[in-house]
Amino acid sequence: MSNAGSDAGRREMSGAEMVVQALRDNGVEHIFGYPGGAVLPIYDELFQQEEIQHVLVRHEQGAGHAAEGYARSTGKAGVFLVTSGPGATNAVTPLQDALMDSIPLVCITGQVPTTLIGSDAFQECDTVGITRPCTKHNWLVKDVNDLSRIIHEAFHVATTGRPGPVVVDIPKDVQFAKGTYTPPQQAPRTSYSPKVQGDIEAIKQAVALMASAKRPVIYSGGGVVNSGPEASHLLRELVDLTGFPITSTLMGLGAYPASGKNWLGMLGMHGTYEANMVMHDCDVMICLGARFDDRITGRLDAFSPNSKKIHVDVDPSSLNKNVHVDIPILGDVGRVLEDMVRLWRATVKPEKSALHPWWEQIARWRSRDSLAYRSSDDVIMPQYAIQRLYELTKDRDTYITTEVGQHQMWAAQHYGFEKPNRWMTSGGLGTMGYGLPAALGVQIAHPDALVIDIAGDASVQMTMQEMSTAVQYEAPIKIFILNNQYMGMVRQWQQLLHGNRLSHSYTEAMPDFVLMAQAFGGHGIRCEKPGDLDAAIQEMIDVKKPVLFDCRVAALANCFPMIPSGKAHNEMLLPDEATDEAVANAIDAKGRELV
Amino acid sequence: MNAQLQPTGSAYFIAKETESAEKHTLSVLVDNEPGTLARVIGLFSGRGYNIDSLTVSETEHEKHLSRITIVTRGTPHVLEQIKHQLERIVPVHRVNDLTVMARELGQERPLERELALVKVAGTGNARVEALRLAEAFGANVIDANTGHFIFEITGRVSKIEQFIAIMAPLGLVEVCRTGVAAMNRGPQGMEAGA
Repeated sequence: MSNAGSDAGRREMSGAEMVVQALRDNGVEHIFGYPGGAVLPIYDELFQQEEIQHVLVRHEQGAGHAAEGYARSTGKAGVFLVTSGPGATNAVTPLQDALMDSIPLVCITGQVPTTLIGSDAFQECDTVGITRPCTKHNWLVKDVNDLSRIIHEAFHVATTGRPGPVVVDIPKDVQFAKGTYTPPQQAPRTSYSPKVQGDIEAIKQAVALMASAKRPVIYSGGGVVNSGPEASHLLRELVDLTGFPITSTLMGLGAYPASGKNWLGMLGMHGTYEANMVMHDCDVMICLGARFDDRITGRLDAFSPNSKKIHVDVDPSSLNKNVHVDIPILGDVGRVLEDMVRLWRATVKPEKSALHPWWEQIARWRSRDSLAYRSSDDVIMPQYAIQRLYELTKDRDTYITTEVGQHQMWAAQHYGFEKPNRWMTSGGLGTMGYGLPAALGVQIAHPDALVIDIAGDASVQMTMQEMSTAVQYEAPIKIFILNNQYMGMVRQWQQLLHGNRLSHSYTEAMPDFVLMAQAFGGHGIRCEKPGDLDAAIQEMIDVKKPVLFDCRVAALANCFPMIPSGKAHNEMLLPDEATDEAVANAIDAKGRELV
Repeated sequence: MNAQLQPTGSAYFIAKETESAEKHTLSVLVDNEPGTLARVIGLFSGRGYNIDSLTVSETEHEKHLSRITIVTRGTPHVLEQIKHQLERIVPVHRVNDLTVMARELGQERPLERELALVKVAGTGNARVEALRLAEAFGANVIDANTGHFIFEITGRVSKIEQFIAIMAPLGLVEVCRTGVAAMNRGPQGMEAGA
């Protein structure tokens, strides 16, 4: 990857050959894609080589989410290839999804020939215009001699700093044209140089503040996972050294193990009581690679009112965006953690007994048992289904993806994640239909692992067609559908806010998922009784095929605990208090009028 | 920023703005390549920021660098966000908040100039009066015949505004303005940086 300025590796070839060569030189082994008129030359090159495996999806959105699952579970960039026009527009949802969750994606799109751009040609669209706001950066390649440099730059931009999606739009005539290929060089553009090393003076201040804390909390996020395995390792070390309690956002689950003794569970709208109370009452908050999202903070003017806040983030625009922080530290969270751990060891004499009163308070909050639910012998409670799934898969090499909704929150609450990169979910954008293709991408990267999409019956129908892809590539993904026949989270909000008028949140014509699995060439399982659940999950694990598991769960269960709108962290609605009346009155009439 | 809130009863929390808006002039040094201006403008429209004035031109031909001058309006918190969001754009080299820098230099505001072309048509007294006023404002006549003048006037925004207002009853036909060009006083320049 060096030889800047030398002629080594420079060769004459066509644009299409360059694409494949550049992918190879950037370490790409798998790409997801769908052919079409404007990418045929690239597909012709893919046909004539064996190093890069192409996975043919059934819809371009599936290719994008599969690439996201691939990226999140490996730490590498996910790559997908689509044609012009509708191919590119179908790629928009996964691009925005990856932008919001900071996932490195490289999307290559075909474009009509340069001479036809702007003429409303067949399958033409303004791809760079459409994708400009939903990518970290994008390029339209007009000269074949720029192509290899741009692809290398695309990988560099996607994977460094705050990772994100990029698009390289290549007109068909550029794919045919001959030009000079240049290998990757270590001379990135001068305008782009993300700051990764944190300011040491600020880190010293942060460590001093942490050492003086009586009621500290570490609030970590997806940035720790993105920073790489070393960052998660350092996070665990910091928690052990300091004895601080730790909570995490949805995106950060697994960076600190759920079995760890300092673990409080997830925070935020559907986080645990103890995590949110700790956030509210703490005196020092250490935010590592998270961004004070509105699902996390609740009501901003009542957010952790008495704490000093430290915020480590690689993106300067995240610092002081939603919440004012006392010590902002710009840098890669892994590098900053390295300094923090080193400085803590060198300068702080551990006095963990100082935290005893705090831990005693936490124990009282914990005893509230905020994730409790009423169990049943007759119907499968969705929480119970997740717990059994966890118990039966925790000792395996397991990866979990989800769709979006109640099942996603239940999975986050009740499945224990021990390692980073094991949890793939659409956090920022909240994309229903993410989980199934993401599971496919994970399985392609980890062929021998157990990959499960915890799904809802509504979400899973949005990208169901990728079951066909899974069958084609013998990717034995397990789609575990918590089927309550509702768009459960939509219904929950209608109950909270709209007088229980369940407008279009019930699916009256639910497909038969077992027959559907069989139609795709996969395996279908249906389970309706709690007593049958373990055996059915075991069957799902043992079958060496893609599985659709139709788990019929209690139809009207809702997701608690919950911070209702306009409320603070210490005003959670807990499951044992969530009577129908309490739910209906959780948000007052005045609040409702303001919607 | 921990601002006063009202519960909206929706899935979102709407903060009531307590800080007052200020007008700032930003200088943005960018690679002159296709789409850069669209990225900058798209950022402003996409995130709901204001643009009062925008000028752009390539300023260093060999390095293909352009300098964009943006006059924008927002609370100090929003202005800081605008700066950071601009810095995130890949072809952006550097963003200077000239208003903040001017204050640090002990001045009220940066040097700001605008150029306008002002066409005035008429005869008789109005025509004589227009020419007399143009001379008083230091405007040049760059085109004229017996029925009209085109004046070229350069100066602060307030001066241009005033000149146009005065010309309105004297046969103002059309106006074209460049938008604000700005830099700070003193010997320091704006460099592309690392």
